[in-house]
Amino acid sequence: MINRHAGIRALMLWTALALAPGAIAQQKSAVDDIARYRELLQDGNPAELWELRGETLWKTARGPKKVSLEQCDLGKGPGVVKGVYASLPKYFADADRVMDLESRLVYCMVNLQGYAPTDAKKQPFGNGNDRKSDIEALVAYITSESKGVVMNVSLAHPKEMEAYRLGKAMFFHRGGPHDFACATCHGDTGKRIRLQDLPNLLLQSDAQRAYTSWPAYRVSQGELRSFQWRLYDCFRQQRFPELEFTSDASVALTTFLAHNANGAVFNAPAIKR
Amino acid sequence: MSVMIPTAKKKSALAVAVAALVAFLALVAGCATMLSDNDIAAKATAMMKTSFRESGQAKLDRLDQDDVQATCSQYESAQKLPKDVAERLEKSQMATIRYPADGKMEGNWKAGEAIAQNGTGKQFNDDPSKPSGANCYACHQLTPQELSFGTIGPPLLGYGKLRGNSPEIQKYTYGKIYNSQAFSACSNMPRFGHNGILTEQQMKDVVALLLDPASPVNK
Repeated sequence: MINRHAGIRALMLWTALALAPGAIAQQKSAVDDIARYRELLQDGNPAELWELRGETLWKTARGPKKVSLEQCDLGKGPGVVKGVYASLPKYFADADRVMDLESRLVYCMVNLQGYAPTDAKKQPFGNGNDRKSDIEALVAYITSESKGVVMNVSLAHPKEMEAYRLGKAMFFHRGGPHDFACATCHGDTGKRIRLQDLPNLLLQSDAQRAYTSWPAYRVSQGELRSFQWRLYDCFRQQRFPELEFTSDASVALTTFLAHNANGAVFNAPAIKR
Repeated sequence: MSVMIPTAKKKSALAVAVAALVAFLALVAGCATMLSDNDIAAKATAMMKTSFRESGQAKLDRLDQDDVQATCSQYESAQKLPKDVAERLEKSQMATIRYPADGKMEGNWKAGEAIAQNGTGKQFNDDPSKPSGANCYACHQLTPQELSFGTIGPPLLGYGKLRGNSPEIQKYTYGKIYNSQAFSACSNMPRFGHNGILTEQQMKDVVALLLDPASPVNK
């Protein structure tokens, strides 16, 4: 929230880094350079632009019913935004369903603002260019209001427990032409794809670090990416069909991963390569 | 006192039995609402069928599992696989390997290097008319020149130098690329030949990258 526009100033620095000569003699220095690059990125985060737009969207009367989302209940009562993301996904009695943030936003856009479900889900992700996603902006705003809050995802309701167990089963589900499961890349400690470090999402410390750094502004895409996007793009690389936005499987897997991050301080929207 | 002790023992034994019965009944009641692991796995598969949509070349049948995929999904890692199960899978997968009809296992290492670098193919956004890559570098170190390599698989730098280039090694290497599960059940490595990711010629080229003495892998 502080210094929202620092990101723009930092853009020039990234451009300079991106254009720097890429001839790297040693493996070690390549890894060091990437670490330094990531460190510099922390200086300013364009995610702040998404947060600002999301806050405006949240408070603006929109949709067929011309109301704002300020009466939307994200789990801590209508209109409460502070700290809600650290307890999501959770079971919502009104929908009789476990919901993550994106599912709940769609629910409120449909039930409060009167959008048709297809309209509410029309642009789940920005296209990396001129078509930005309202949902990603709302996600940026809501998640930024949980920065510094300790992750506390409950499995007390039987449907929450079931979502967690279904998500865990999905994590180990091998399929597709490459036989990949989530566990293929994220079930072991200290591994990399190319130079990219892979978190072991079954290990508490790794799961905490990974989960609390999403959503994130992706420098290479010029977009703020939600956790739904993270899963969608993992499954693409897994050679699976397209994961449906806010589907039961996406919420179950998010429940599994979010619960594995319990106890960590939420620290996003972050910034990544 | 000496008479009291057995009575006390009997009483406490009865209390333990009652407590155990109560605990058992509570467990049974809990289980009535709690699905078994097998039920959860079946429910997860059904849930996935309604949570994905086909896109490009990626149809929903990609969520269906063959014996290897279904069996390996039950274990958190290949290390936890029982020996008899591993042997059964390896035997069935060995029978799938089709070696080149001309008996030649080695192609061109330069073409193999390009295949090893290429990470595209079979994704829903990939053009299915273009050949897939093997993306070896995602998981393995190969040539000393390529510093951007992953570590999910073992390093293969010096692969041919260590093993020689005998017909047996050539056949083993081709077979391993064709169907890794025949040699190491529940391996993370894709079955490039069995699942039609690479063509016969592409697999020969990757064998050459690993075994040709002229390949930088062996320099």
